[in-house]
Amino acid sequence: MAVIVDLFVQGLQMVLVLLAAPLLTGFVRKVKARLLRRRGPSVWQPYRDLARLLRKEVVLAENASWLFRVAPYLIFAATWVAAALIPTFAAGLMFNWSADLIAIAALLGSARFFLALAGMDVGTSFGGIGSSREVMIASLAEPAMLLMVFTLALIAGSTQLSTIAEVMSIDETGLRVSLALALIALIMVAIAENARIPVDNPATHLELTMVHEAMVLEYSGRHLAMIELAASLKLLLYMSLIACVFLPWGLASPAAGAGAYLVGAAVYASKLAIGGFALALFETVIAKMRVFRVPEFLGAALMLGLLGTLLLFVSRTL
Amino acid sequence: MLFCVAGLLASSVLAVAAHRRRLASRSVYGVSFVISLIALAGALVHLVTAPSAAATATLPLGLPWLGAQFRADALAAFFLIVVNLGGVTASLYGFGYGRHEQSPGRVLPLYPAFLGGMNLVVLADDAFTFLLSWEFMSLTSWALVMAHHRVKDNVHAGYVYLVMASFGTLALLLAFGLLAGTEGNYAFAAMRGAQESPTIGALVVLLVLLGAGSKAGLVPLHVWLPLAHPAAPSHVSALLSGVMTKVAVYACVRVLFDLLGEPASWQSLIVLSLGGATAALGVLYALMQHDLKRLLAYHTVENIGIIFIGLGLALAFEANGLTSASALALTAALFHVLNHSIFKNLLFLGAGAVLGATGERDMERLGGLIRRMPYTSFAFLVGCVAISALPPLNGFASEWLTFQAILQSPDLPQWGLKLMVPAVGGLLALSAALAAACFVKAFGITFLGRPRTPAAETARETDRFSLTAMFALASLCLLAGILPGLVIDALSPVTLALVGGRMPLQSDVAWASIVPIAEARSSYNGLLVFVFIALSAPLAAYVIHRFASHAVRRGPAWDCGFPDSSPSTQYTAGSFAQPIRRVFGTSVFGAREHVDMPRPGDLRAAGMHVELHDPIWETMYAPIAGGVGATAEKLNRFQFLTIRRYLSLVFLALVILLLVLAIWP
Repeated sequence: MAVIVDLFVQGLQMVLVLLAAPLLTGFVRKVKARLLRRRGPSVWQPYRDLARLLRKEVVLAENASWLFRVAPYLIFAATWVAAALIPTFAAGLMFNWSADLIAIAALLGSARFFLALAGMDVGTSFGGIGSSREVMIASLAEPAMLLMVFTLALIAGSTQLSTIAEVMSIDETGLRVSLALALIALIMVAIAENARIPVDNPATHLELTMVHEAMVLEYSGRHLAMIELAASLKLLLYMSLIACVFLPWGLASPAAGAGAYLVGAAVYASKLAIGGFALALFETVIAKMRVFRVPEFLGAALMLGLLGTLLLFVSRTL
Repeated sequence: MLFCVAGLLASSVLAVAAHRRRLASRSVYGVSFVISLIALAGALVHLVTAPSAAATATLPLGLPWLGAQFRADALAAFFLIVVNLGGVTASLYGFGYGRHEQSPGRVLPLYPAFLGGMNLVVLADDAFTFLLSWEFMSLTSWALVMAHHRVKDNVHAGYVYLVMASFGTLALLLAFGLLAGTEGNYAFAAMRGAQESPTIGALVVLLVLLGAGSKAGLVPLHVWLPLAHPAAPSHVSALLSGVMTKVAVYACVRVLFDLLGEPASWQSLIVLSLGGATAALGVLYALMQHDLKRLLAYHTVENIGIIFIGLGLALAFEANGLTSASALALTAALFHVLNHSIFKNLLFLGAGAVLGATGERDMERLGGLIRRMPYTSFAFLVGCVAISALPPLNGFASEWLTFQAILQSPDLPQWGLKLMVPAVGGLLALSAALAAACFVKAFGITFLGRPRTPAAETARETDRFSLTAMFALASLCLLAGILPGLVIDALSPVTLALVGGRMPLQSDVAWASIVPIAEARSSYNGLLVFVFIALSAPLAAYVIHRFASHAVRRGPAWDCGFPDSSPSTQYTAGSFAQPIRRVFGTSVFGAREHVDMPRPGDLRAAGMHVELHDPIWETMYAPIAGGVGATAEKLNRFQFLTIRRYLSLVFLALVILLLVLAIWP
């Protein structure tokens, strides 16, 4: 019986992240528009876009291969699995044990690997430029992420997210220099990984600075819907990750009742709202940087992560 | 086991006699296949059923008072599996590939001899047999590298390889000489019991790292590897890169963990820093290549770095008595040995299939092969995902274990290690990310996009034997990735024998997860991740096709409204790597780009030239080569002296020697 309940809660989490992801994207867009004194589309607009894309036929380039058609589903699946493994409203879910933070980072790496390959499949110059820049950004963002994971793992003595969240929520952990460094590194990585300003602009097309949008230029219809959904899921994933690690309060404990889950869900929703607002505000006040400034930005994240880890090697209390 | 080696050697002798016959190729590869399969099965059975027992044999060869001693313990059995797995698949591949060989007489006799030599190195139990087999392996592999000796670059590659191999054997010879001590105990059993003084131990460690490290491809001794490995026929390249480097790792493990006594912590510092530098530099070199096989060879350098990081961590933990962490690090390193041999074999076989179908190794002249060679490209894609350490395949499982081992290291008391390990962890993370970038490039430029030359446009799928070999390796990548617990449990007798500890028994863990230390600390379940992805992707596809839309229309590529029909407008290998070259290459390789823009009215084509410097070759090898050349030039004068001067030289030498003897205390 307990297994069935666990399975049900895990399934609930999977469905929840899938349904909430476009809402978060819509919310960020709405806040951004309001900050620019525009009215902006409704927060439900991403759902309408997805529904419209799903109903449309797919226009494939003549020389597109099977990889091009399979990649959207693989990218979606890998991102979805990664997002489902992060505690959102409750910790210690059934499958949290199947992959730790390193594996989650690597799953996102798998998704990116196929996205970059799909960008090169048709053999256009825009696809190539996107893929090439994406892997350049990833080659700095991934090590920064892993060093941030090292910092957390050394403090918590575990790479399991549920355990980390538990350790972070008790008072003894307290405020630490290494945690502050890790938080800044994680936020910088999250901005780069989600193709947000100042690294990339999610609202542009037809600009030579674009990265993510250039890779998916040849996609249309349901394939594009899958990729957009995966991008929304990724944004949600990073926000949940920051919330779960650095604001771990309100997470329902394993095997708590339905009431605790509801409270957890409400707290989670407000955390997302705060995160989405902060992101929109940040994007409004900052300008996009040149592509070749991005390595400096991410190099700073890498160094912060390394510094945080080194501090912990020097002393466990820093 | 010895019978298998004898069989391999005999078939090579037969091949010398029969290489002109029509069926020679098939029979040589067939015999090698069968024998490797038997040896593989034997080693597997030995490792699983009787890991603690060591089978020994002595042949009346070699040193008269010692004979040639052979021994198969758990470590040897594991490396025999690696060697013979490579042998099985390369032979199967050779079955089809061998038909294209222009000069079978230069490949067929040496191929089984090379396989036999590698088996002998792993089995040898005394220094004399070990060095003899090592040199036999080096020479046969050198001859295989020189199989196509009329190609200009191959001669250079063979020359550099020969110099480095002799140097490596010399270092190993000295190392074993020191280990044997003044009494000359050449048997490994005697070396295990002997207690070396710290100075001798330190010298042995350095010499072994020089000797075996040069064969494995540790930076800065790697220079021969990317030249020699691509020069050989592709299935031999697979063996050189996937297997022979592992034999060198075996030599390191055997001496550092088995023959030498307690390790000191500074040794691990050296191994760790070499490993970190090798991993990061190897992958950066690989990113700059546009020759498919050379790119793969540089990647071998990177993976050797990852393996040595694991070995260095194991040494550090062992020196401080942290047994379980040491077992974890050693398991990670050995698991990566197995994984790398699987996917590197697979990738080299794939590159060979491409070479066979198009005659091209240069990625800038390929493209679009996924449509002409669907099966090869699928197998190659599996290899790319595995080597990029992406879940759920096997490369991720072993790198994950290495990361877990790094996270154990704050317990180390030495400050040098405390500062070194996080830096190495950062380098490992960086090389993992760059490896993914590199294989997006390798697969994307070679197999995706539009064909860049007629050769790529008219490529044909490779033969069935080659495909079977590749698919066998690809399924092993998946199997080892989703059930890593099996491999970890099989490795436990090895770690028990070498560092006296083992990882927790993985078959007890529910749901086929793997647990390095304890479940609360970390666990990973490749099977579940695989099942999740394998279920949710088709589920999403089914739901969408059933309830939304499944219509497809083919049209010209969109490309922002400006599609260009010429394939040369695609991204090339050079342009794909350009951002990374700007980020990392400017400092490491001194990369400079020159744009050559003709003046208006000038009909010359515009061009962009990239200038890259190999820092290690230019700072280390070029001065040495220059010095040797200059000295040889000076000494050359002594060749043309009169008899009178020769006699006075002899007399002078005699006087000097007598003086030395007189002064010697």
